[in-house]
This record gives sequence, C-alpha cells and structure tokens, in this order.
Amino acid sequence: MTPTDTDLLIVGAGPAGMAAAVMARHCGLSVHVVDDQSEPGGQVWRAIETVAATQRAARLGAAYQVGADRAATFRSCGAIFEPQCQLWQIEPGFKAFTTRAGRAGKIGAKAIILATGAQERPAPFPGWTLPGVMTVGAAQILLKTADSVPEKPVWIAGCGPLTLLYATQLLAAGGRIAGLLDTTPRARLATALRHLPRALGRLGDLAKGLGWALALKRAGLPTVRHVCELQAEGRQRLERVCYRCDNGRSGEVAADVLLVHEGVVPNIHVPLTLGCNVSWHVDQQCFVPVLDVWGETSKQNVFVAGDGAGIGGAEVAEIRGRLAALRVASRLGMLSEDDAVAAARPEFVALARALALRPFLDALFAPRLQVFAPADETLACRCEEVTAGELRARAAEGRPGVNQLKAFTRAGMGPCQGRQCAYTMAHIIAAIQHRPVAEVGLFRMRPPLKPVTLGELASLDEQEPAR
Amino acid sequence: MNVETFDVAVIGGGLHGLSSALHLARAGRRVVVLERRWTGRHASGATAAGVRTLNRDVAEIPISLEAMEMWHRIGSIVGDDCGFHAHGQIRVAESDGNMAALRQREARVRALGYSHEEIINAVELRRLVPALSPHCVGALVARRDGAADPHRTLLAFRRACETAGVVLAEACGVDRVDRGSDHWLLACGERRVRAPVVVNAAGAWAARIALLFGDPIPLEVRASMMIVTERLAPLVDPVVSVVGRALSFKQSDQGTLVIGGGLQGTADLERESSVVDFTELAKGARAARDLFPAVRGVRIARCWTGIEAQTRDHLPVIGASSGSPGLVHAFGFSGHGFQLVPVVGAIVADLVTNGTTARAIEAFTPKRLTAQRVAA
Amino acid sequence: MFRKLHDPGPAALTIFVDGRPVTAEAGESVAAVLLRQPEGWCRTTPVSQSRRAPYCMMGVCFECLVEVDEQGSVQSCLTPVRDGMRIARQQGRRSLGA
Repeated sequence: MTPTDTDLLIVGAGPAGMAAAVMARHCGLSVHVVDDQSEPGGQVWRAIETVAATQRAARLGAAYQVGADRAATFRSCGAIFEPQCQLWQIEPGFKAFTTRAGRAGKIGAKAIILATGAQERPAPFPGWTLPGVMTVGAAQILLKTADSVPEKPVWIAGCGPLTLLYATQLLAAGGRIAGLLDTTPRARLATALRHLPRALGRLGDLAKGLGWALALKRAGLPTVRHVCELQAEGRQRLERVCYRCDNGRSGEVAADVLLVHEGVVPNIHVPLTLGCNVSWHVDQQCFVPVLDVWGETSKQNVFVAGDGAGIGGAEVAEIRGRLAALRVASRLGMLSEDDAVAAARPEFVALARALALRPFLDALFAPRLQVFAPADETLACRCEEVTAGELRARAAEGRPGVNQLKAFTRAGMGPCQGRQCAYTMAHIIAAIQHRPVAEVGLFRMRPPLKPVTLGELASLDEQEPAR
Repeated sequence: MNVETFDVAVIGGGLHGLSSALHLARAGRRVVVLERRWTGRHASGATAAGVRTLNRDVAEIPISLEAMEMWHRIGSIVGDDCGFHAHGQIRVAESDGNMAALRQREARVRALGYSHEEIINAVELRRLVPALSPHCVGALVARRDGAADPHRTLLAFRRACETAGVVLAEACGVDRVDRGSDHWLLACGERRVRAPVVVNAAGAWAARIALLFGDPIPLEVRASMMIVTERLAPLVDPVVSVVGRALSFKQSDQGTLVIGGGLQGTADLERESSVVDFTELAKGARAARDLFPAVRGVRIARCWTGIEAQTRDHLPVIGASSGSPGLVHAFGFSGHGFQLVPVVGAIVADLVTNGTTARAIEAFTPKRLTAQRVAA
Repeated sequence: MFRKLHDPGPAALTIFVDGRPVTAEAGESVAAVLLRQPEGWCRTTPVSQSRRAPYCMMGVCFECLVEVDEQGSVQSCLTPVRDGMRIARQQGRRSLGA
C-alpha cells in the first residue's frame, strides 16, 4: 500500500495543532492533521463547533468562544484533517501508523509536529477508582460536550486554575457545588508572590483568576483549606469523602460525585516512544521534552508544540504551533531562513510576554508532595490494580529500576500504558531508594501508542502488494 | 586495588547465566554473576516463555527432554512454580501438504527412539483448541509441553541464586579481561574480579565477550517481535504454532494473548535497543486472525522486540572453549532457549566441576562454528 | 450521576445500553450518556471485577471501555453516539463471541 505522503504531519488539532496547520499551509506545505476527537479544538476548545452555535457557548466564557474562529480558519486552510483517527506509532523516515474506522493506515511525512497537549496529573488516593470519582477536566468536558452537570451537589478537591474555572462555569450553568476541598498548601501564595512582579505583565489574566476566586467566595461555598489527605469510600461507588487538613483537622462528607484536580502535565508518551530527550521540570515535577527555541526535539524534524512542550495555555500553544511550522517550512525549503526568522521575531516576543505568568502559576500550583506518596492501600496502577504498598515492597527488594518494577508487579502493563501510574511508580522508587525522581525516570514506553486491534494491524498486511 | 575472588564468574545475568550460577553454587562453588545492566534486561525479559520440546532440532531433543522433566518439578528447583502450565504445544497444519510434512517429522523422531511428538487429526485438534479456525486439518502435538510466566521465572531464578549465596553484581559490565597465572582477571568499571573459571552467558553480546578471552566465535543477532493483548476470558490452553507461518500463539495466566513466532524487528547491539517493525508485525497479526478468527477485535496492549543471539545453524553454543582455558560457553539459543534453562545450568555445572558432562552436547561445541571459518 | 441541562429536542436519538433504549443527543459521547444512567458504572475490571466509570473523559485513563456494536474495549469517551448504536457493558475479562 502506498502510504499517504505529506510534507508535515501534525498530531493533534487543538490550539497548537490548528495554528501550526494554518501557518504551514500559508507557507505552502502540504499538511495532514490527525486527532482522536471527532472535531478540532483539543481540550480547551472541546466541541467548539457543535457548541458555538448554541446558547450555552456564552456561559462557557470568551476564551472558549475564541476557538470557533480558530476552528473555522483551520477547516478552510487546505490541510487534510482526519478526525477520530488514532495515531499509534511513528517509525523513522517518517512513517506514521494510524487507525480509523477499523482500518490501519500509513502516512509518510518529512516532518512531524506533536501537538497532543496535556493530561491531568495523576493524583492517586484510596478509593480514587470508585465510580463517581472523576477529574475536574472530565466534568468540564461533560459540560462542554454534553451540557451535563452533576445531578447532586458536587465536591471538588484540588488545586489549580482549572478548579476555579470549572467551579465558576458550573455555577453559571445552574449546577450545585457542595463544597471545595482546597489542597493548595499553606504559605504557597507567599512563595509564589516572588514571581509576582514578572506576572504583573499579565494583569488581565491575574484579574481573571482573581475574579473566579471572588465569585466563588461570594457564592458562599463551604471551603476547607490546606487539605492534605483524601479518601473516597463507598461500596461499589462513591458514597463518602474523608479528608484531613495539615493542621490535623479532619472531616467526612457524603458525596455522589467527587471531582479532583492537581494540575496538568505534558503528554510525554509520544516523544518518549520516539526516543526524544526529556528533562525534569522541578517546580512542576514532570518531564518535558528537550526543545530548541523553535520547538524541535532532539530528533531531527520532530517538533512539539502546545501544552505538550510545557504547560502554557492556549495562547502560548498557538504561538508555539506557528513557530514550529515556520521552522519546518524553512527546513523543507519553502521559506528562506531569513524570512522564517523575520516572521518568528514577533512570535518570540509574544511568547515571552504570554509566558510571563507561568513562573507565578507554576509556583502557586506546584504539586504537593502527598500527591506522589499515596497511602499503601491506594491502587497506584488502576488498570492492573497494583497497590502503592506492593510497589514499595518490590522497590525495596534489590534496587529495581522502573522497568524491572513494571515487570515484577505488572504495574504499567494495562491499557493506559502508564499514563496514570508511571509518575507514581517513579516517585515511589525514588523515595524507597533515596534517588532523585529525575534519575529514576519513566519506564520504557512501548508501541502501539493507542490500543489498535489485531484485525486493524492485520489490515496493514492486506494492503501490501501480493508477494 | 581491591580484587574480589570467586571460584566462578558468570558473565550475563539472563536466565542461562542465573541457571548456571545456581547449579554451580549448589555444587559448592563461590559464584558471582556480572551483569552489565540488570538481570533479565534483554532476551530473558523479552521471551514468550514457551516451554517446548516440540519440533526442536533433533540434536537438542535429549537435553530438551531432560529440561522438560525439570520443568515438571521446577518448584523444587527454584522454589516457585514459575507459572508453568503443561497444556501442550501444538504445531498446526493448514493444508494436506503441511500435514504430510508433520507426518514425516513424527516418523523421523519416532525412528530416533523418541515418543514425545504425536500426530493428531482434525477432530482431536478441535477438541484441544476449539477456538482454532475450522480450515486446519491436523497437527503435531507434544502433550507435556506448555508455557511459563517469564517474569516470575526470572524472579524465581534470581531469588534462588541469592538464597544459594550467589553474588549478583548488576550495573557491572565486563570491559577488560587479563590472563593471570591460572585465573582470569576481569575489570568491570572500578571493580576487579578474579576467578579461575568464567562462564560466558552473555547472550547477544557473547561473541564480544568471547573475543575478550581470545576466543572468536561467529554470532548473529535476532530481534523477534511480540504482541501482548488485553486480558480475555479463557480462549486457548495449549501453545499453538503453525507450519509455514511465523506464528506462536498462547494465552497467559492473566488472560492476555502472547503472540510471537519469530517475525523480526531491528536490533542495535551497540545501543542495546531494538525497534518494532509494524509492517512486518502486521503479518503476525494477520496469521493470528487467520488461525483464530475470533480475535480480530482484540486490542493490542503493547509490542516489543528483544535482542537475542543467533548462530548460523540455530543451535546453541554449549561447551568448554576450544582455545581459552577456564572458559565455558552457554549462549546462542537462537530464539528457543527458555525451555532449556534448567538443564543448561546443570550442564555448565558438570563442565566446571568435572570437566565433562554425560549430557549430549556434542552438536553444540563452539568448534563447529569456528571450523568452517578457518576453512574458508 | 450527571444530568443534561437541556432537552435534546430534534437532535435526540436512541442508543441501546445493555438492550435498554436510552435517549442521547447528536454530538455527545457514549461515555456522557452512560454517566446519566442510574448505574453510573460502565464496566467491571478484568483483574478483580470491580466497578469502574469514566474518569478522565479524554482518552488517557481507559476506564470507559465498553462494547460498541460488537466491537469490544472501545473508549466510550472518544465515541460519538449514533442512532441505533448498541452498547454493552464489559464484565471482567472480555469474552470473545462464539
């Protein structure tokens, strides 16, 4: 089978992917974009095409509605867009393997931009696998894509801007919040304020965040501060949430749905599988791909743009997308280096300005250490149901690395391929063996990146010419 | 400089190295295992763990049959049953032509005095493997064969070694070898190890190790690919292979399908890494689906390749070095070494303690690989 | 667990969950529909047969796996509903049809 050939393959049609596609097309490159969702928009503008035409777009906020215009521009830029398409491997050359509607396909590309965004930081605690426990992001997606809210007043536990944003959106939609369990550690604001001078350049954003906080305060929601321990309980589904604060105060509340959020981390899966170098981001306790100013990884012609390059938000994502596209265009001879640099100059300036708030946010919402040290009975690996206690016991026997720990316990062998457990495993080994987490690392990611079926893989062979 | 002295240094912490160390320790020797990365890092960590006497080269049959006896009491050897289940290994014929080839094989093996391989017809085949596609006409079966759990096996051999007093030195690759008066001096980074006897169980790197000892042996590399699926309700008990196709198909204790068969990815010996070639692997998925139609919608959890050694004739190298003193080789299992692990350790212990073994290893002598080279 | 804020009206369609007809709206995911059902859970795990429900809604947790039109282990959060779609909850290790 002749693979579909393109100059540039973009994985992900969120802010970064769309901006990259538009810029690349503007430079005259052929562009192929794949995304596992059915519409463009990524997470921040999820379902924007469906929702934008309805009344509920207004209560989702202006930042969300911006996506409608972006999606329209993207749709008309002349890129090939394949929705509901899962990318499951990229081989050098490049040969990208995808599946769509039960059939596997190959895309040949000269350059790749990975714009697969971020995911919520896994923050395991006892009972987190009970039906009724979900991420704040999940609830926001339900609001956007299905106009749905929790039936009963919801408990929200966590730390970070998304928590505030969703709470505001939920109240605006007529949903009910039972209370907030704020896990932001004490004195965190004081530490973050070090970065305030630089952050003042983003006064608008600061004001926005403050606005959310004030709105919630005005709503008079029960708020428990400095929560450091959580436990979800119930028989076969969530019934109660137990919490403990850093001052020893504890409580128990009835709950039908608990939403949790402890920040977001870049989707590092694809860069790791491709063998790109990664570095450890100390504040945010996560790996980020090593990138040059254009967003190129340590693998030539593989770029990362958007939150996958480091959490920055939609505006930053779009700038990074355009920068990567400009670089690819000059690399492939569609643009002189001088022209690329000239076009990039204002982007770099805008990027620096847009990133000004990051150090403040990163410090304010740095993950608390309890997130990485769940109680023994916690299912650290949700898929294979391996407890943190078992991981600790095995990590203390000899000095296994993270790949060995995976082999011995099966943690990381389930369908999520470590997306929900790899960081927890690394932290547990680091703690038991007194090693820095950055040195422990994540276990080797193995393809396929998405769970392609045997039939879909077999269909690749049927497409080969008869031998 | 601090030099650690042992009776035997085993180079390579895979299953053959661990098995050798275990048997030697139980024979009263002070043993160290020198492993460049960690135990089971390469071939032993990537094996499908088939426990098979079926369809082996006739030269391997005697030691394979002895190994099978050991597998049936593996708990008494390493203190864990290693997840070994003996539901049989089956080699399926899809056509009458394939069936004829199987009959020939059975006759040949029988003529040599072995009875472990048996021809079965379509009815018996259906009974043993109900999920198999109805187009299959018959098979060759070894009923006492089966499969084990690779990670449990590795852990069991490792723990048994530790209990027996073997020193396991990981992150300890041999970089330099010097000959002393009656011993070898091995340099592993800052560490120095002295031993009169060395066992070369270094897998795909065994030829490089052999060269350090002044014993050049030609060796190639394999990178067999594997597929593991999501967990399924019980579907198949025996391990199934197919005449004329690269397919090995089994179901693990956890319910996952483990699909191999020898399709090759690419290996980089220098970087110790290997890469899956999905265009090739698609053939394996197709074979799996052709033979087991119900699995077309089963999800793949992960795929990998391992790095293994392969010899020109696909037989292992087991025996004392012909050129260098105090050196015993145990490598080159060419993709089918897992089942031989228990007996190879016993053979190595024989060679070290007695200088000889009663087990049939003539066909595995390193000389047969070097002799032709000299002639050329 | 969740409720819809509006009536789908003309955009309504019908999907079947374990044989039971359920109203859904064009554009939403199967997972969203399942979260509106009284049970809340969408599968039981192959390891311990514990009940699970969608957790991340964005394809990175694999809790939302269900059988869709006889294809098993489909991530329902990435699957838009279609009129007449048949959803079946998976219990324990997936069984392959006869």
